[in-house]
Amino acid sequence: MILVFIEIREGNIKKSSLEALSEGKRRADEMATEVAGVLIGHNLESLSSYIFHYGASKVYLLENSLLSHYSPEGFAQALFSLVEEAKPEIIFFSATSMGKDLAPRLAAKLGVSLASDCTHTATREGKLEVVRPIFAGKAFLILSFNSCPQMASLRPNVFPLIDPLDKKGEVIRKDVVVAEDQIKAQVIEVLREEGAELDVTEAEIVISGGRGMKGPENFDLLRDLISLLSHSAVGASRSAVDAGWIDHQHQVGQTGKTVSPNLYLAFGISGAIQHLAGMASSKCIVAVNKDPEAPVFKVADFGVVGDLFQVIPYLKEELKKLK
Amino acid sequence: MNIYVFVKRVPDTESKIRVNPETNLIVEEGLNFVLNPYDEYAVEEAIRLREAKGGKVTVLSVGIEEALVVLKKCLAMGADEAVLVNDTTAETYDGLRTAKIIAQALKKKFPDYSLILFGKQSVGVDNAQIPAMVAEFLGLPQVNVVTRLEIEGNKGIAHREIEGALEKVSFSMPVVISAQKGLNEPRYETLKGIMMAKRKEIPVYSLQELGLDEKDIVPQLEIIKMESPPPRKAGRKIEKEPAGAAKELAEFLHQEAKVI
Repeated sequence: MILVFIEIREGNIKKSSLEALSEGKRRADEMATEVAGVLIGHNLESLSSYIFHYGASKVYLLENSLLSHYSPEGFAQALFSLVEEAKPEIIFFSATSMGKDLAPRLAAKLGVSLASDCTHTATREGKLEVVRPIFAGKAFLILSFNSCPQMASLRPNVFPLIDPLDKKGEVIRKDVVVAEDQIKAQVIEVLREEGAELDVTEAEIVISGGRGMKGPENFDLLRDLISLLSHSAVGASRSAVDAGWIDHQHQVGQTGKTVSPNLYLAFGISGAIQHLAGMASSKCIVAVNKDPEAPVFKVADFGVVGDLFQVIPYLKEELKKLK
Repeated sequence: MNIYVFVKRVPDTESKIRVNPETNLIVEEGLNFVLNPYDEYAVEEAIRLREAKGGKVTVLSVGIEEALVVLKKCLAMGADEAVLVNDTTAETYDGLRTAKIIAQALKKKFPDYSLILFGKQSVGVDNAQIPAMVAEFLGLPQVNVVTRLEIEGNKGIAHREIEGALEKVSFSMPVVISAQKGLNEPRYETLKGIMMAKRKEIPVYSLQELGLDEKDIVPQLEIIKMESPPPRKAGRKIEKEPAGAAKELAEFLHQEAKVI
């Protein structure tokens, strides 16, 4: 069995969990086994139908009122009990904030290794093989596992969803025993800014600005553009972040976030090697820069040599026409 | 408060990484090694906490003797003690192995920890696994990717970065915390600090001295191959007046790339 952890945020299933489930389904078909989803929390049943649509034949609901808020200790304990009983051969997580926090805790509990933030999976002779970028994508490792279960977290936005299936499966409820004193760190509040933008790791389109933006106020030009495009987010280079023009949550690159959107639009970014590493796996890259020799043009599918302040207003009009 | 900070020596982020296909390792020749950028925030936070509340800051690294250089930097920043756990095995990219070594070092030699700090990941291996694994091995709570940390007595509050938001997490001590950019602004070493760091002796422990048997820490990830990324081809580059350029770009995005 392939077990996939399904993350819930604000009552909704994360899309990246369905991506992991879809990838689990593809591998399970090759291995002639089944895929199961696992949800943790409180009052979960209404969410299970989605899980079946994306390939699961079973859904485990691990319910306990102590688990209505995320805690790595509580969630790892709940998953550990299930894994001991259900004995999956493979466990997938999505490499979201929660997945990256939880998967290693569970791996240590099980005493097995974990491949983080994988961008490709395959099976070979019934065993899992994964590819994971290292040095933010400057090199790649192809790995297999000498431990069982084989555990991997999968990078969001990389694995395609399967076409939703019209099927149902088995809902299995498990009472989870978690003692209150087992949870020594607990989320007490989620601080979300009013009108907060989509995170760059989850966006289908990322529009980034660099030193060429000249100041914090000009990032509004990019915010204008993303308001015209769905599932888009504003990114930034390290120099723009270090200059204090935009919060580091937006930073793309080796000391920021690694992104792989469908479209990465770079305005006024020269293309330092640490920045290129963080965005080179984008499906389509566009760069607008005054300097025709800027290294970013070496990786761009489409480059515009020109002044971004002159190009953006026209581009905005063109995008409006396409709406 | 006894604070332990784990640090790593990594190639700086401007490095071009070359792969040696024979050894499945990166070519280290010509690389400039530095203190892992995220570890700088962890070291800085430890020093600030000691300055505010007293206690001792010990920095540790697991690795080859070349890691002494980054330990010296931490001493020059203001850490009180530094320790090297000498692991001569080449990079395994297996977080579990390193986490076992770190947990054992703490249990065996430094059981008086109240705060264990890490950078949120090493730039390079990019696993982001070790803090959570060490927390599990020691039965401690964890808060990862932290941009704000407040400790009062044996309790604390941390802000942890998630997608588009922050989680406010309450925790009890001892605790494992991993630092994210934004937690603080790391200080530069002072000349006095550098002079003191030069004279400071750094104890070195072998894995045997920690009571570790190589067979208990065999990596379970098998590296089949290390590869360079497929080169990305440069596409079209246009240079024309802004209105025409914007039009051609929009057409490309809509009709050719089909991303808008």
